[in-house]
Amino acid sequence: MKRAFTAYPYLVWSIIFIIAPLILVLYYGLTVPGPDGGAVFSLENFVKFFTSPIFMAAFWRSIWTAALATIICLLIGYPVAYFLSGTIFKNKNLLLLLLVIPMWMNLLLRTYAWLILLDNGGLINTVLEFFGLGPVEFLYHEYSIVFGMVYNFLPFMILPIHSVLVKMDHSLIEAAQDLGANRTKVFFKITFPMSLPGILSGITMVFMPAVTTFAISDILSGRTIQLMGNLIEDQFLRSDNWNFGSTMSIILMVLILASMVISSRYEKDNQGGGLF
Amino acid sequence: MKKTLKKIGVLMCAALVAVASLAGCSSDGGEEKVTLRVYNWGEYIAPGLLEQFEEETGIHVEYDTFNDNESMYAKVKNSGSDSYDIVVPSDYMIKKMIEEDMLAPINYDNVPNIKNLDPSFTNLSYDPEGTYSVPYLWGTVGILYDIDQTGRELTSMKDMFDPAFARKVCMLDSIRDTIGMTLKMQGYSMNDLDPAHIAEVRDILLEQKPNVLAYGTDELPAKVIGGTAAMAMVYSGEGIRAVEEQPENMRFVIPEEGSNLAVDSFVILKTSQNKEAAEQFLNFMLDADVALENAIETGYSTTNAAAREMLPDEIKNDPGRYPSQDVLDKCEIFETLPADNTDYIDAWNQIKAK
Amino acid sequence: MSNALKKFYVFLVFVFMYAPIVVLMVYSFNDSQSSSAVWRGFTFEWYAEMVNDSQMMKALQTTLVIALSSAVIATVIGTLAAIGIHNMRKTPKNIVMNVTYLPVLSPDIVTGISLLMLFVFLRVPLGRYSLLLSHVTFCIPYVIISVLPKLTQLDKNMYEAALDLGASPLHAYWKIILPEILPGIVTGFLFALTLSIDDFVVSFFTSGAGATNLSIYIYSAVSKRYNPSINALSTIMFLVIFLLLVLINFRTRGQEKKKKANY
Repeated sequence: MKRAFTAYPYLVWSIIFIIAPLILVLYYGLTVPGPDGGAVFSLENFVKFFTSPIFMAAFWRSIWTAALATIICLLIGYPVAYFLSGTIFKNKNLLLLLLVIPMWMNLLLRTYAWLILLDNGGLINTVLEFFGLGPVEFLYHEYSIVFGMVYNFLPFMILPIHSVLVKMDHSLIEAAQDLGANRTKVFFKITFPMSLPGILSGITMVFMPAVTTFAISDILSGRTIQLMGNLIEDQFLRSDNWNFGSTMSIILMVLILASMVISSRYEKDNQGGGLF
Repeated sequence: MKKTLKKIGVLMCAALVAVASLAGCSSDGGEEKVTLRVYNWGEYIAPGLLEQFEEETGIHVEYDTFNDNESMYAKVKNSGSDSYDIVVPSDYMIKKMIEEDMLAPINYDNVPNIKNLDPSFTNLSYDPEGTYSVPYLWGTVGILYDIDQTGRELTSMKDMFDPAFARKVCMLDSIRDTIGMTLKMQGYSMNDLDPAHIAEVRDILLEQKPNVLAYGTDELPAKVIGGTAAMAMVYSGEGIRAVEEQPENMRFVIPEEGSNLAVDSFVILKTSQNKEAAEQFLNFMLDADVALENAIETGYSTTNAAAREMLPDEIKNDPGRYPSQDVLDKCEIFETLPADNTDYIDAWNQIKAK
Repeated sequence: MSNALKKFYVFLVFVFMYAPIVVLMVYSFNDSQSSSAVWRGFTFEWYAEMVNDSQMMKALQTTLVIALSSAVIATVIGTLAAIGIHNMRKTPKNIVMNVTYLPVLSPDIVTGISLLMLFVFLRVPLGRYSLLLSHVTFCIPYVIISVLPKLTQLDKNMYEAALDLGASPLHAYWKIILPEILPGIVTGFLFALTLSIDDFVVSFFTSGAGATNLSIYIYSAVSKRYNPSINALSTIMFLVIFLLLVLINFRTRGQEKKKKANY
């Protein structure tokens, strides 16, 4: 069974549509238009990015909103995954399915729906006003974006943690209990450390889409707040500056790779098959 | 297992049909039916007109919309050889597209209805001979506000910067309009290139930003109507339609400092394979009755003399739609920025990214 | 913590997940043109308007056509690729697999802009075909990832036995291998289908004239005035997806039961 020829169409495809585009990103990111219309190698755009307080502000904003959203997802999601892996629910499969279903609905629609609920004249504010608690400005702030990220990516945190918890060897817990450990101790000494791989992949799965999004910030902040994704979108679809847009894409990729390397270093139980 | 194989077979067939229909859609252009691809501003045509055109001519129209000149330009430029047939840019963008050789000259033999065009729109600075563009609608930028919330009449662009209305203000998400109107407020020209003036305006807009609820274009009127915001900088047509929708408390005003006078025109892209059909479309849009419907429904002002004649009096005399000569004298048409000017884009990037 | 409290907590999270969806559904029946929260009576008007909205229906058609065709192409190329990769020696296999993981791991926005640059560079006009090509590109890896494990589980001897018995390699593949890996192929196909329907970011950058799909339509509609037909559309989309997933779930459970019964 040494015939690999059936993979050839895919090999051609991947060279054209996977590798070549990424080379283009590198090429544009590391060059600037030359005087004669050609391209000149230059790190000018990196300098422009890292020395501009405005772009750096968007850069840090992207990181902290995504990080905050990831932490909140973990805090909200871990108990859900934990309870769903236990014995208190009879129809756990159905509950898991119900958790997955919203993810299959268009992200834009899900986010747009919150506009109706949270806008200053929206449903929640109408109720609040009725009780004299008066309109609260839920949208148009940085925390609104964090909220949108948590909402959209929460299942990405719950599912991997849940799948690790379900596979966990329960005899260990019983042994610990037999040896006299109380429930808190069992949780922090056994359950939590053993679920770390799930937590780490959950963190990656939430952080990555969160740090690169531009639709959530557009919809929930009334375009007042820009993240890295918005800056890149703008360079390609409005300002028409591919070089700078590519530079920012490279920075974003490095950021994501760094976060993946960090999380995989702590990941003892590496599933393999990943990049590098 | 065989059953599953059969199911897969059925699925595959269905998908093949889908692929075929995909190929079919795009090869429509050949023998049977001409497909015309039109790229227009959102909410910038009276409903039903496209269907009417299709019925009258047998030409099929694919219609997409955009929100600002800059994103339209990028999309068209990136689309290459197989793009839209007709787009509707504004003045300064038309000049840019002419300079970059993106437009095809119009053969007016196929556009007899050009006789309906108001003569004052026949020699505009961006395309003096009308070689490449046929004016469609024009409008200004103004302030839409909810008088119940502001408690007073607004007259000046300065009202948009009044801290009393903090978090109740929406600004246009449009580089030239927002910077230009603020330049105007400071007493400069909307086409000012002086870096010091642009920096001054940038600082004013930066200072205003924490008080701005949202930036946007077509979604802003809904925020004022719905009560989320008290005022928004809007294009005149949007503002006028909002007033029509809720006349009790909606008001639209052109700031006393003057405004931008934007003329949006039909142009045919050089890459168009259906130039004649495109000219047929222009001719249709220049028809007096069609132009009349557009002038009424969109809220913008018509460039069509024949249609303007037929307008009902309350629209003809609406100072929002057809401002007096005094007001018009204070308005300016945008000029194309020099290709090497980065002051505007830098200022705008800073304002948006703050 | 008592069980009731735990249940209540999970219940709250589910309320959070479903609140906006329920609101969209309820408001799709609200007889009001504006986005205000006031209930103005029950109506089916927005559903009728949705069907009559030619732009929306065109976008729906584009989405479905692109999803079906890209899923089929990706399934064919991906399955063949998986078989080939399975037959490769270690080093080339590792290289190809790393390349395969690139689109999975790189953010959508980078996939989008890099494909945009490629299409402009190769002078492929932005439109239906660029949209199709990019959807196939991000779907193939998921097909490969779904099929490959099934190939590894495969009993090599069956294929060899078929050859020994005189079957041609093609015939042996068709009769022996394909039925065994079919569940993986179906999973990959469904994966590709849903990914394509759900995609916004890559489409946003790589579509052009006459190729507005639903996601792009919704995105531009969000930046327009409030349109209740969108609520109607999302209600229908949600119900269809809901039914599909419940159906798939029951189907796989039924199969599991059958399998258990067989052993």
